Amino acid sequence: MSLPVTVLGGYLGAGKTTLVNQMLRQANGARICVLVNEFGALPIDEDLIEATGDDLISIAGGCICCSFGSDLSAALTRLAGLSPQPDHIVIEASGVALPGSIAITIGLVEELSLRGIMVLADASSIQKMAQDTYIGDTIERQLSDADMVIFSKTDLISNDCLNNLTKWLNLHWPNTSHLEAIQGRVLNSILLGEFSRNEPHIARPHADAQYSSVALTFDAPLDAEALAQELTCPSFGVLRAKGFVQDLSGRMALVQIAGRRAEVSWPEHREHVGLICIGVRDHLDLREIQQKYKLQI
Amino acid sequence: MPTTTIFAAKKILTMNPSRPVTSHVASHEASHVAVREGRILGVGTLRELENWGEYTLDDRFADKILMPGFVEGHAHTMEGSLWSKTYCGWFDRMDPDGKIWPGLKSIDAVVARLREASAKLADPQAPLAGWQLDPIYMNNERVTRHDLDRVSTTRPIGVLHASGHIMNVNSKALELAGLLKPGLNSPAIPLGEDGLPTGELKGPEVMTPVGPFVDFERSLLDADEDGLRRFAKLCVRTGTTTITDLAARLEPEGVEMMLRVTGEPDYPARVVPLKFFMGHTPEELIKIVADLKTRSTDRLRLGRIKIVADGSIQGFSARMRWPGYHNGAPNGLWYIAPEHLSEIYHRALEAGIQVHTHTNGDQATQLALEKLAPALMAHPQPDHRFTLQHCQLADRAQFMQAAKLGMCVNLFANHHYYWGDEHYRLTVGPERALRMNACRTALESGVPMAIHSDAPVTPLGPLFTAWCAVTRQTASGRIQGQEERISVGEALYAITMGAAYTLHLDGEVGSIEVGKQADFAVLEEDPTACDPQELKDIPVWGTVQGGRVFAASEL
Repeated sequence: MSLPVTVLGGYLGAGKTTLVNQMLRQANGARICVLVNEFGALPIDEDLIEATGDDLISIAGGCICCSFGSDLSAALTRLAGLSPQPDHIVIEASGVALPGSIAITIGLVEELSLRGIMVLADASSIQKMAQDTYIGDTIERQLSDADMVIFSKTDLISNDCLNNLTKWLNLHWPNTSHLEAIQGRVLNSILLGEFSRNEPHIARPHADAQYSSVALTFDAPLDAEALAQELTCPSFGVLRAKGFVQDLSGRMALVQIAGRRAEVSWPEHREHVGLICIGVRDHLDLREIQQKYKLQI
Repeated sequence: MPTTTIFAAKKILTMNPSRPVTSHVASHEASHVAVREGRILGVGTLRELENWGEYTLDDRFADKILMPGFVEGHAHTMEGSLWSKTYCGWFDRMDPDGKIWPGLKSIDAVVARLREASAKLADPQAPLAGWQLDPIYMNNERVTRHDLDRVSTTRPIGVLHASGHIMNVNSKALELAGLLKPGLNSPAIPLGEDGLPTGELKGPEVMTPVGPFVDFERSLLDADEDGLRRFAKLCVRTGTTTITDLAARLEPEGVEMMLRVTGEPDYPARVVPLKFFMGHTPEELIKIVADLKTRSTDRLRLGRIKIVADGSIQGFSARMRWPGYHNGAPNGLWYIAPEHLSEIYHRALEAGIQVHTHTNGDQATQLALEKLAPALMAHPQPDHRFTLQHCQLADRAQFMQAAKLGMCVNLFANHHYYWGDEHYRLTVGPERALRMNACRTALESGVPMAIHSDAPVTPLGPLFTAWCAVTRQTASGRIQGQEERISVGEALYAITMGAAYTLHLDGEVGSIEVGKQADFAVLEEDPTACDPQELKDIPVWGTVQGGRVFAASEL
């Protein structure tokens, strides 16, 4: 089984560190390894730290944080060789890094598989920064690389501004889905794409939750690749999806969606048939899919 | 009583304006330099020096020209390590043992040389590495894994390009790295008609995972122990006595090794490694470098920082101002965020630590200028000498601003020779190509200037570098930007005092005058008397470093 990797990009001040700490707080037993370019002033909240080494921080609950300095490739190869392996690697890219370049490196390490490129953007300043003489084009390239854009600090701007921001994103990157995160609060299931139907917040979304989920169960075999591509269409509002479907070839396909990224793999071990889709409440609308495939609603 | 040696020479070019030349050939009295405890006791006539007391007269240089040992302000010790691999470059190049490796003019010739190297390896599975391939000169013909498979199908082979940003590998190397498969989807890995990679790996993201299989260790920035010794041999052969290692990782074990090797009694060069900024927070970086500073020795000068702001012009990764690249390529890459650059400047000025910043494109240069100004206001450091390295595309306004801010520039004169034609035709177009590495403008603007090789990117050789700045000739033989040429005297100053100044070492090296280190370049001919065209061909006998004599022929 290959080791899933999530790339977390975005310019300085976008809130990557806050988000990472939130993620570690809800790790819930998953052993997440966070790779950072360098140990910043406080990469990990103090109360989460169990022990600190030269290039490794041990975090409560079995997570770790490593710095990779100038050699990401070596760090990834080392992690892939660890026994036991971590459950998930999250790479916190440096402020000027192009997440797509990091994704290329990941693609070359046999034991790893890229699960998604998340780019954080400070909702209060991203449009202005995209105009900056020096870093404007870097910001644009980061957003272009994103499978999903996470707007931080949305509580600092008015609804009108937020609407404008969304329009701006859709205008320039029409295929990229987005969500909002205040104080770094994003469900790990959305951030990492790691979830199963048994998780309570997936099965029974909390009444005031920001998200909702839909389980799709297909009775007949279908073209898994085509379905996966279809689900990335922004109009459905799917941020994440994961599950098994029976492909026309007769094999069971694992379909995973991260925003605009669709991935179909063919693992030997499979769980229940059925695809769980998560999206922002009121945006997630899969009726068209359900009608097309004649599913029960 | 310490002993004194007085060296007799045909002529001494001191680079000290108070006494520029001492030569008394006409009166049959050679000029002399007295050395005691590795330092210069005095320079002048024998009669002038005799007053210092008992001495030994050493006349082995009686028919040689002495200059201050050359100072190379931008090189990388990894050149020494690369020579353990097979040279595959287009130009003839001298190795540390003085052997000239003929340049290779075709892919067949590259394959033939790699075959020779392969035949010498007993283990058929041992990796084979080559370096300095540059298809630009071969009409950009692409090398493929099939070409390298003609060398061997059993051993992994990798050949690094001169740019350092592309590598060609054979099928075995791809196989070992798990990349000999269809379905790879990356612009950095071109695919052949068969859907498999052609073996060209474009960029560090795809090179680093394959590198270890083809004997390119990950820490390519650093020389290993033998490499550091080989590097010093190149210094002796080129008359260089003080040399930078401009982006060293300087991890603890590396520092110990460098201290030990440069401390060996016959190590012939003074090495100035600058700590590479990446992988540390600014706060941590300053602390590390401040600690390193206290560990400096005479031959290992620690305590400076190197920042890389952008990429390379020929790699289209340098940050350009409007109108950008001549061929329409998108703007290059930042290797540091502006805020991060600013923070390092602030903290370094506060701590009194010098920073050299790689800026190839003119936008990167502009950013460095804009970030330094406020940092200087916050932490006044009148003699900081922060240096812009390469600074290839700076215009007059930027040089003027750099001068005002107390910065230095170290221009990449060699680059103009090796890639000038390419810049004219493709990357930046004629007008900007004419003013690349604008030495004349820099001097007129009053900014302290050095010139450099960036070895191993181009070969170490300060006299060649001086020739480049004097002639502005390109590889195809064109004179490109004649208005930016400088005089032989100015060029010789740049490779001695100019470079020493950028390192705050001008009080110690860079000229032959009392009190300074006894560092000499021993030349067979007088660079100020020859046709400037022949500057690069002046034979170097060897060096004197800290009073110790190193003959190139005896290395």
